[in-house]
Amino acid sequence: MHVVLAIVIGALYAAAIYLMLRRSLAKLIIGLSMLTNATNLLIFTVGGLTRARPPLVPEGATQPAAPYADPIPQSLILTAIVIGFGVLAFMMVLAYRTYAVVGSDDLDDMVVTDALDPWSPNQASVAAATPQRLPEAPGEKQAP
Amino acid sequence: MNILVFLPISVPLLTAIFTLLTYRRLIAQRIIGVAGAAALLAVAIALLIDVASNGIQIMAVGSWPAPYGITLVADLFSAIMVVLAAMMGLAVAIYSLADIDARREHYGYHTLFHILLLGVCGAFLTGDLFNLYVWFEVLLIASFVLLALGGERPQIEGAIKYVTINLIASTLFLVAVSILYSVAGTLNMADLAWKLPTLGQHGLVTAVALLFMVAFGIKAAFFPLFFWLPASYHTPPVAVTAIFAGLLTKVGVYALIRTFTLIFVQDVAYTHTIILVAAGLTMIVGALGALAQHELRRMLSFLIISHIGFAVMGLGLFTPAGLSGAVFYIIEDIIVLTALFMVAGVIRRQGGSERLEQLGGLYARVAGPGGPVSAAGPLALGHPAALGLLCQAGAAARRPGRRAVRDRGGDAGRQHIDPADGDADLVGGVLERRARRCQARGHPRRLGVACAGPLADRGPGAVHHPAGPGGRASLRPGHAGGRAAGHADALY
Repeated sequence: MHVVLAIVIGALYAAAIYLMLRRSLAKLIIGLSMLTNATNLLIFTVGGLTRARPPLVPEGATQPAAPYADPIPQSLILTAIVIGFGVLAFMMVLAYRTYAVVGSDDLDDMVVTDALDPWSPNQASVAAATPQRLPEAPGEKQAP
Repeated sequence: MNILVFLPISVPLLTAIFTLLTYRRLIAQRIIGVAGAAALLAVAIALLIDVASNGIQIMAVGSWPAPYGITLVADLFSAIMVVLAAMMGLAVAIYSLADIDARREHYGYHTLFHILLLGVCGAFLTGDLFNLYVWFEVLLIASFVLLALGGERPQIEGAIKYVTINLIASTLFLVAVSILYSVAGTLNMADLAWKLPTLGQHGLVTAVALLFMVAFGIKAAFFPLFFWLPASYHTPPVAVTAIFAGLLTKVGVYALIRTFTLIFVQDVAYTHTIILVAAGLTMIVGALGALAQHELRRMLSFLIISHIGFAVMGLGLFTPAGLSGAVFYIIEDIIVLTALFMVAGVIRRQGGSERLEQLGGLYARVAGPGGPVSAAGPLALGHPAALGLLCQAGAAARRPGRRAVRDRGGDAGRQHIDPADGDADLVGGVLERRARRCQARGHPRRLGVACAGPLADRGPGAVHHPAGPGGRASLRPGHAGGRAAGHADALY
């Protein structure tokens, strides 16, 4: 079971990083949310997988009978989920505002901070900072 | 159980709550904001005196005994950092009275500022690694919103880069914490310190140490991981940049020092050599980057990076002298960087631009030892006299609008600016308030003239609106006209 989970977590991380390297802002955000999901699953896995053994102390004992399900990783995961959800909400609003201000989803259009003068960028400096786009082959759509 | 350890966390929290409760009344928000920052400073100094005389202070939150519960620990290093955070909080809170426009204040600037201070103080005072993660997230989310507050295009773009990279850092931190928990069974820093050597899992622990190094390295702007900083730190208003520069990277450095002196000391030859080499590269690359910049705040952003290299090199050396040098450097660095950014803000306001080629002639125009230009130089060089000039720079920076506003008649020819003059000037203060009120009513005013309040009020385009007919000698009139026209159909 550990192996299956490890493979799944690895695949999630790979997909998340692949998405974060895309040129579209929406895919970046999906990648980030997958990253947090993969991390939560990782915390779950390294916390130890036990079946049906709640961390409750039986009558007359001072400790739960080992092995028991560790309560700390689940609190770590819960906290991480909540924090991730808050940050994701912020990123969604930021993406909406970005689309309103920049006018496109394309991360290659967001190079004003690298231009010579962000507060009144002229065409030359922004053009200099924008990466060159390869010319499209005929009949092929350019995937962002 | 020492309540004083908890106060640096509860005071900014209460201040943030009270600023939220009065969110419609900006005057009340400002008063509460500055009063809260002053209260935080008082509490922090009390904590430092307590720790210096009585040793390490501990508070077990909820009275759960360690290692089962979360403990707040104040040793001398933590207490010093909390005092510095409070000092910078107070300085920037006063500075932001004049720098942050009413629109940003209306959207909760003061609340976010105090939540940032809350996260910083919490990170300095915690004794548990996962609690450190939580405080990091608190201060990170507050910084996200502060960076993007105002919604101008450079801010939004900088925010995307900043948010993405810092989220990756947080994720790496969480991964490292969870793997460390699975190895050691505890997350209490003191407990880990004695438990890790007994476990015999050297390889895994070193791997986790490197994960921590990357995660804290991203936050501390370490050598190959710092590129988010110059891309985003120069975009928000100067007060926000000042508090970021002073505090955020230093929390990362504090975390690095804490984990690599307390917890991960089994494989010093490997981990600390990496830190040493990376610190050296950070110093050099930061300095080279600063040399290549043409804008004040971008140059200073690279300076932050270079200084981080200095601070962490002491950690890499891992000797008592090296570590004490690192801590001393951090102390001076926090003060100097915050002051430098505030001075840069004053320069921007008085010079009209952040671009170095347009700031020519500023020294001739701004007379006197209290001027920002004469303070900025020695500060950046680390000159010993800088600490004396620091007070003057702080005074000049704290009252950026207090120019010699003798005449509200709006004569264009008057260029005399004497920032040190207005400090104790009650009349100047009254006129400044009048200037801000007329600013708030939307009257466009020219630069360098009485009613020209904080430039930040008018957004980015204002920086390039030079004074009218009596414009500055360094700006060509045609250039000025072109800029003014160009702003009308700006790129965004």
